[in-house]
Formats: sequence, structure tokens, C-alpha cells
Amino acid sequence: MAKRKRALFDSLLHGLLTVGGLIWIYPFVWMIFSSLKTNQEYINAGLKLLPESMQWSNYARAWKVGHFSDYFINSVIVTVSTVAIVTLLCMMTGYALGRVTFPGRKLFVLAFSATMFIPKGYTIIPIYLIVKQLGLLNTMPGVILAESSGAHVLFILLFMAYFHGLPKELEESAEMDGCGFLRIFGQIMLPLSKPIIATTIIMQFIWTWNSFFVPLVFTLNKPELRTLAVGMFSFAGEHTIDWSGMAAGASISLVPVILVFIMFQKYFVEGISGSVKG
Amino acid sequence: MQRTISRFVWPASRRTRIRYLWAYALIGPQLLFFLAFTVYPIVMSYVYSFYEWSGFGPLEQFIGWDNFAKLVQEQAFWNAFRNSLIYMAATTLILMPSTLILALMLNRALFKGKVFYRTLYFLPVVTTTSTIGIVMKFIFGNENALVNEVLLGIGLISKPIPWLGQADTAMLVLIVIGAWKFYGMMLVYWLAGLQSLPKEVFEAARTDGANPLQTLRFITLPLLMPVAAVILLLTVVNSMHVFDLVKTLTGGGPFYATETVDLYIYNYAFSTSGFPQIGYASAAGIVFGVAIFILTGCLGLWAKRLQQTGGKH
Repeated sequence: MAKRKRALFDSLLHGLLTVGGLIWIYPFVWMIFSSLKTNQEYINAGLKLLPESMQWSNYARAWKVGHFSDYFINSVIVTVSTVAIVTLLCMMTGYALGRVTFPGRKLFVLAFSATMFIPKGYTIIPIYLIVKQLGLLNTMPGVILAESSGAHVLFILLFMAYFHGLPKELEESAEMDGCGFLRIFGQIMLPLSKPIIATTIIMQFIWTWNSFFVPLVFTLNKPELRTLAVGMFSFAGEHTIDWSGMAAGASISLVPVILVFIMFQKYFVEGISGSVKG
Repeated sequence: MQRTISRFVWPASRRTRIRYLWAYALIGPQLLFFLAFTVYPIVMSYVYSFYEWSGFGPLEQFIGWDNFAKLVQEQAFWNAFRNSLIYMAATTLILMPSTLILALMLNRALFKGKVFYRTLYFLPVVTTTSTIGIVMKFIFGNENALVNEVLLGIGLISKPIPWLGQADTAMLVLIVIGAWKFYGMMLVYWLAGLQSLPKEVFEAARTDGANPLQTLRFITLPLLMPVAAVILLLTVVNSMHVFDLVKTLTGGGPFYATETVDLYIYNYAFSTSGFPQIGYASAAGIVFGVAIFILTGCLGLWAKRLQQTGGKH
């Protein structure tokens, strides 16, 4: 009896969640189909989802006329470089904190965590001025540097906890074999931390790809450096009635990150879970 | 008992010394980044707030507390403050219970498809917020926008609503999209919290013959309280800072009805019309930051007290 009631409840729930889920992601479906309509069709579409014929030219227009080719390349360069810098910094810091109880270690962790909580003013201005001082304003390395800034507390703590949990014997036996500190880190410990590396890469990838505020500020005077997020915003401001071109542009910027998430979601979800448990 | 005066003695063993040096070497780059891009900017944002400064030229016009005095008298700032609070309160009140319910449903022992639904409902989280703002502008924006067509089609409204053209509905749309965007994140928070609960307690409850509702009321929810407090804090802090979505969806309009503090500050620091006022923007950032600090501090204390009194039952 209870079993049958449960089965009925579950199938009702499945129905509800599936319908709800379709409505949930309908904006994306609508966006992709809108990107394949003509502008005339778009206006008169009403509730009709499917285009009469696929207008791939919208993508060509966004790509060339709308400069989405540049925005896409910029997004890729900024994202890949930022991910590389952040991952490298965090694995090194996490290893030192997790394996060596050096003097000042506690202070370091405390200061890092404290910056998450203390009230701050408008920190983007000083960052902007530092990048300017370095002579990197209006350059790609400047944007990348600003994107890589931040304390990355979550990733450092994840690496720290992971390296801390690895057995001491591993290190000791490697030392017996004549391995130095750096070789133990690079050849023995790092390969073991692949899950954390994956989490860091995926999360930072998604964050940087979606980042809007920093690239907006750092490309205000240099439109050539715009990433997809910023480029999309300026395109919407300039081509106000090219709806299907805009939908194509939006698809170009959203589809890659959605695909990356679906492929590697395990790592992303693990990272998010870590931020609650930690 | 005599305490050692210096707690740190340079280690005798050569191995330890080398390890310390390597640790410092590994931390060095991150420390440099941290000092340059986190500590220095925080310190400077306090310094700037006492100056009248456009961001160009030397920092020399010290004006004491004038920026703060001007700020608290500025109606536009309190308007933005109110908008941020409304957005925060509304999204938190919508999200906390609704995400918990779905998490409880998905987490049931024999329920299949957890990962599938989690992926589905999580999707908005990983998409670019600023681009979502633009897409949503077209879904809600004009008269023959999608939402109006749907609502007209099922007969819920008789004439199109200018969703983003009126103050109340614009804020409503902002809240709904913000909640939709963050829903999956909180769902994953709750699922992680549920998975961290000890399994033995639930087995014991089952052998004692507790029904699912009793288990939920007397075991799951009380055990979840510490995680709930963390999730609440994360949600409050997150929803106090709205920039990407307002900037692209409403631009703060109509007539500043959806202008949040983050957008207000941006407009002072990077205004295309008029002179940027970095000192004033920094002061606004600090006042808002302190307000969030006090708010989350109170919430934290409240959550702690709730846990202690809850534990006595």
C-alpha cells in the first residue's frame, strides 16, 4: 500500500518537475530558435517557436558585423589565461598551507579569510590604478591581471584541505628515495589532486567567462578588448532592432558555457558543495 | 611557570628549514597578488573616501567626513539602498523555502533522476548574467514580448503589460529573474547539506516507526539548522550585490525604481556624463559594506542563538 502510494507520488513529482523544468529553461530554447528567424518573423512570431527556415545568416552577421568573432577570441584568451594563473597560484598556496606548518601560516589563512567579511569601499578603482601604474591599461594582459585578482579563498581552502589529508608516509618514502620538496609536489602530490584541479579549472572557467563588471570597466576606453559579456551589452545598445542578430550573439556567448557545464558539472557541483560544508 | 618570550625558534633541523623556505617560495606569488589586488585596494578605498577626487591627478583635496555627510543626505542613495534591501529580502524569502522543498524531494532515498533535475534547474546559474539581462529584456520588454503573448494567450491578462516600464513590475521582474538565476545554486547548497547529515539517525528513526513527516520535523530540519544559517548568509550577501542584471535589464529604470547600490556607485565612479567622483563612490561603498556587515553579523548571531535554544528540546 505504502509502496503504491509512493510510486504514485513519485510519478506525479516527475511530471511536475519535467514540466517545470521545461518552463525553467524555455528562455534558452526561445533564444536559440529566435536566433534562426528573420527579424520580420521574430516580430510576428507570437508564440510560434520554430522558424520557417533556418536563418544561419544571423550568426554570420553577428560574427562579422557585430564583432562577435573578436569578442569570442577575447573571451577565450582572457578565460584561458585567468584559469591558468588562478589554478597555478592556488595549487602552490594550497600545498604550502596544507603540508608545511611554517611560521606565519595561521596569520596568512586568517588574513585571507578575513578579507571575505570586512566591509570594503570601491576596490575596482585602486585595482584600475595599479594596472595603470604597471603600464598595462587598455591591454589584454591588464584585463587578465584584473580578472585574476581576488583572494580565491575557496580554491585555496579546497587545495589546502586535500593536500593536508594525504598521508605523511607518501612524502617520507619519496624523501628516502632522494626526492626534493619541489619534485614531491610536482610529481607525486599534484597528480593526486586532479579532482581539486578539475574543480578549480571548471569553476574559474565559468566565472571568468561570465564576468561582466571587470571587463566592462577595463575595456571602457578600448572596445577591441571587449569580451562576449561586454560585447553583447554594447551590441544590444548599438543594434537595437536587430533582434535575431542579438539572439544569435547571445547564443554564441551562452552555448559554450552551457556545454562546458553539462560536460563537467560533477566538478562544479562539488566545488559549490564544498563552500557550504567548509 | 615561565612562558617563552619568543614563541618562534629557528628550527634546528635542516630539513625543516628547507621546507619553510619552499613554503614561502610557493606562497610568494599569491601573497604578492593578495597584497596588491586585495589588501591595498581595500585600504585605499577607505583613504579615497576622505578625499574629493575624480580619479585623475594627485590625491590632495582632503575633505574629512564630507563625502559621508553628503551621502547620508542624498535621497538617491537611500532610494538605491531601499531597492537593494527589497531585492535581497524578496529573493531570500522566495528562495530559502522553495529551494529547500525541491532539495528534500530530490534527496529522497529511492527517487531517481536527481542529477537530471539538478542539471536542469542549475542551468541558469552557469549562464552569463549580463547576457541573461539582455535576453530577458526581450522576453519582458515590449508589447508583443513573449511573456505578454503567453499571458494573453491563456487569458490571464486582457491587455499587454509594460513590465519594465512601470516601477513596481520592473522590480518584480528583476526579483523573479534574480531568483530564477540563483535558484540552482541554493538547491545544490541544500543537497550538499542534506548529504552531510549522519545516516544512522535516519535509520534509527525508521526502526522507531517515525513517519516521513515526523522525520522531517524532528530530525532533518533541526539537524539542517547549521547549514541553513550558512546558506542564509551566502544568499543575503549575494543578493545585496546586484550589478550585472540591473545594468543590462533595466539600467536602474524606470526613473531609478530598480537602481541598486552597486549600480548607484558605478554611475558615480564611471559616469559618462559629468566628472567621476571616486571619493564619493568609495564612501558609498564603505557605508553599504558596513551595513551588509552589520546585517550579516546580526543574522549570524540570531542563527547561533536559534541553534542553542533549538538544541535544548
